[in-house]
Amino acid sequence: MTVLVIAEHDNGVVADATLRAVTAAGQLGGDVTVLVAGQACAHAATAAARMSGVAQVLCADGPSLGLFLAEPLAELVATMVAGQLQSRTETFEAIVCAANTFGKNLLPRIAGLMDLGMVSDVIAIKSANTFVRPIYAGNAEATVECMEPIKLISVRPTVFDPAPESGGSAEVVSIDAPPPWTRTRLVQRAEQNSARPDLSSAKIVLSGGRGMQSNENFVILDRIAARLGAAVGGTRAAVDAGFLPNELQVGQTGKVVAPDLYMAFGISGAIQHLAGIKDSKVIVAINTDENAPIMAAADYCLVVDAAEVLVDLDAALGKLGSGEA
Amino acid sequence: MKILVPVKRVADPNVRISVAADGSGVDLTKLRMAMNPFDEIAVEEAVRLRESGTATEVIAVSIGGPKCVDTLRSALATGVDRALHITTDADLEPLAVASILTTVAEDLSPDLILMGKQAANGENGQTGQMLAAKLGWPQATFASKIEASDGTLTVTREVDQGLETIEVDLPCVVTTDLCLNAPRFAAVSAILKAKKAPIEERAAENLGMQLSPRLRTLSVGETSQDRANIKVTSVGELLEALAKTHGLLK
Repeated sequence: MTVLVIAEHDNGVVADATLRAVTAAGQLGGDVTVLVAGQACAHAATAAARMSGVAQVLCADGPSLGLFLAEPLAELVATMVAGQLQSRTETFEAIVCAANTFGKNLLPRIAGLMDLGMVSDVIAIKSANTFVRPIYAGNAEATVECMEPIKLISVRPTVFDPAPESGGSAEVVSIDAPPPWTRTRLVQRAEQNSARPDLSSAKIVLSGGRGMQSNENFVILDRIAARLGAAVGGTRAAVDAGFLPNELQVGQTGKVVAPDLYMAFGISGAIQHLAGIKDSKVIVAINTDENAPIMAAADYCLVVDAAEVLVDLDAALGKLGSGEA
Repeated sequence: MKILVPVKRVADPNVRISVAADGSGVDLTKLRMAMNPFDEIAVEEAVRLRESGTATEVIAVSIGGPKCVDTLRSALATGVDRALHITTDADLEPLAVASILTTVAEDLSPDLILMGKQAANGENGQTGQMLAAKLGWPQATFASKIEASDGTLTVTREVDQGLETIEVDLPCVVTTDLCLNAPRFAAVSAILKAKKAPIEERAAENLGMQLSPRLRTLSVGETSQDRANIKVTSVGELLEALAKTHGLLK
């Protein structure tokens, strides 16, 4: 059995989420093949070939793949599998992608082209055809059997460890890039503007909600995050109030996080927010309302105004940093 | 421009659901139902595009049992021009929904299909992309801003790295993210008018397609949120506990 993992990369470096998808693919049993599709992406292909647990790398390199658009990429994968079926060679038995915006955009399009059912956002692999996934904003978990001959699954990156980036020596095989796709054009791709670590891979995440009450408090939160090398996030309410840009929204409908420490400042704990943080190792809730749902979902609860705690924490960490403590 | 907006009836996401004790699924009998919030945003955007003169007609379509009529009526109250109900008692997977919508799109020839990026019950996030694939159309997922010009849309997408702006040729499929707009509250007069509006009906079974399930749900369980809930009274006490017990923030 062979499992295909579609890599997310920037032509040079393979994304952390893909390393995690490789681990998930390995749990299905069988050999793992990684597809690296891009333009001038030889470096990324070499990096993929060095990963532990990768048996083969397919490298499709061409101008049609330069923007990583779903349309030509899906065409490439569907055509490749159709070719396997036609030549009666062994087909991939599963196609795996990380359930981040890259994979969420791409994999259902492949499923549509191939007319295959798909399993989204897998959080546990029970067997080669049985998977666990969250439903109802994470309020419930369904165990689902996929009856398709080729299983298409997107896996939640935070629940799988990254595959080691070295130790492998897979063969890199070149395949043809698809014809150009001209009906979608890139206008602008915003660079990641934050000096902070990425929310989905940060060891510590400090998040603020409506209870933060002001931009000034988010400035303090940001300062504390800088001291700790932490990422800053927030709730839907904080985004709506203009405290944070939308891409920093934590939750089932935003970014799913799983840091070692998640600190929730002035967050009440909407269901979809809790669903997005539940894999965090330690959760601290700071809120004036001791009956807020976040309290029941936390390891440590501090029933105090978040703004007050920010000042104390800033001071305490300042002392720690200067060695006075 | 003609816009098709698929809308789904789901359990109100603000209400806590309960899982049947036998693991068979979520008990929907007593739950308040509503339009999927992402679809509400799609309806709102489509109506705004018509109000601004960009779109000429907005058609809402819903697939499911008799109660889907309620969902279509709320779309009508928001301002869509027509409503189409594809009737079925089957609990359809995204692939089957995409197949039905493909037939509907081939019949109605919309220039744009605007729909939620995911539904608040199944959380699959598949239908829009599957539909775009089946139609061979471009897709712009997770949209937070849509601007129309002659024959193309400029769409800003919410991606993990921040924002991405793309230009797509019509016809295309766009799926909505939460930031796109804040849906209006329908006026009482519009709600009353929507109650009397005609709703076209077609049976899914008569569309002549294979809608067999590809997945089987074996069990549904409650998500465990087992945490210690230890009360601490000061920042000092918190830092001590984090350092001593977990080796954090030392």
